[in-house]
Amino acid sequence: MSAHAADAVIPHTVEPHPVTGIPNGKFGIWLFLASEVMLFGALFSSYVLIRTQAPHWPPEGGLSSEILNVPLATVNTAVLITSSITMVLAWASCKMGRIDRFRFWMGATVALAFVFLVIKYFEYTHKFHDGHFPSTNNFYAVYFTLTGLHGLHVIGGIVVNTFLLTAGTRLWKTDRDHFTNRVENAGLYWHFVDLVWIFLFPSLYLL
Amino acid sequence: MAETAEHSSPEEFKKHLGKYYVVFVALLCLTAITVGVSYLHLPRPQAIAVALAIATVKAGMVAGVFMHLISEKKVIYAVLVLTAAFFLLVLLLPSFTTLESAGV
Repeated sequence: MSAHAADAVIPHTVEPHPVTGIPNGKFGIWLFLASEVMLFGALFSSYVLIRTQAPHWPPEGGLSSEILNVPLATVNTAVLITSSITMVLAWASCKMGRIDRFRFWMGATVALAFVFLVIKYFEYTHKFHDGHFPSTNNFYAVYFTLTGLHGLHVIGGIVVNTFLLTAGTRLWKTDRDHFTNRVENAGLYWHFVDLVWIFLFPSLYLL
Repeated sequence: MAETAEHSSPEEFKKHLGKYYVVFVALLCLTAITVGVSYLHLPRPQAIAVALAIATVKAGMVAGVFMHLISEKKVIYAVLVLTAAFFLLVLLLPSFTTLESAGV
């Protein structure tokens, strides 16, 4: 990296950009979320097409709610919703100048994300144990693809949030507003992950 | 981010926290209702309509309050309107192919 590049400062990390009226990071994360809508949207569209064209859904008969574990998924829904409010409170703590509370709420958010993945792990291993894989039929292909992609997003959120909780917190000492904006952007992503699950849960498990 | 919250002091900001707790409780209640309704075993079209309606309300709460879309800048709304249009296109496009194969 040249000395010039190393000295370069990314503009509008705190003060709004004159054209958009918001900091660049926030605009960037919303554009990213727009692309995410299309990613999940394409898969959801495929699911609707596969399902409406199937003579029976699930193909093996019965109901989705009898095949998948509704109680575990309900708990997981509550876990993700709870992690959304802890994320908001982490950001709010930064706005109120309380880095100690930020650490508590962000720590809770990361912990809840791990709880979600552990529950998902039990769901998956139970299905594998019973011989159900993505290749079993279209129902399981859809289930594993959509929940698997969502799970990858949860892992992505854990990575970002853990960074903000550890090494990333150094920015708080030099630029509080910049750090707070980073937490807000990570929050926007995390709420989106919650939002996707809000649609996946009834679509896959209950209907 | 809410304009009022963005420019207020920490003390004033604290007053805005209540709405997050209200939405949190509402989301948990709506989740319980979604699961409860599924045990009624409604006819499939009604079941899909109810479940997706509740999910849409929940998504609106998350986007509106947690993601602060209620009071966002115009540029974000513009991006989202464009996204919604393309999302609907992606959702409906496969239907056209099935209409064709059905001879409609």
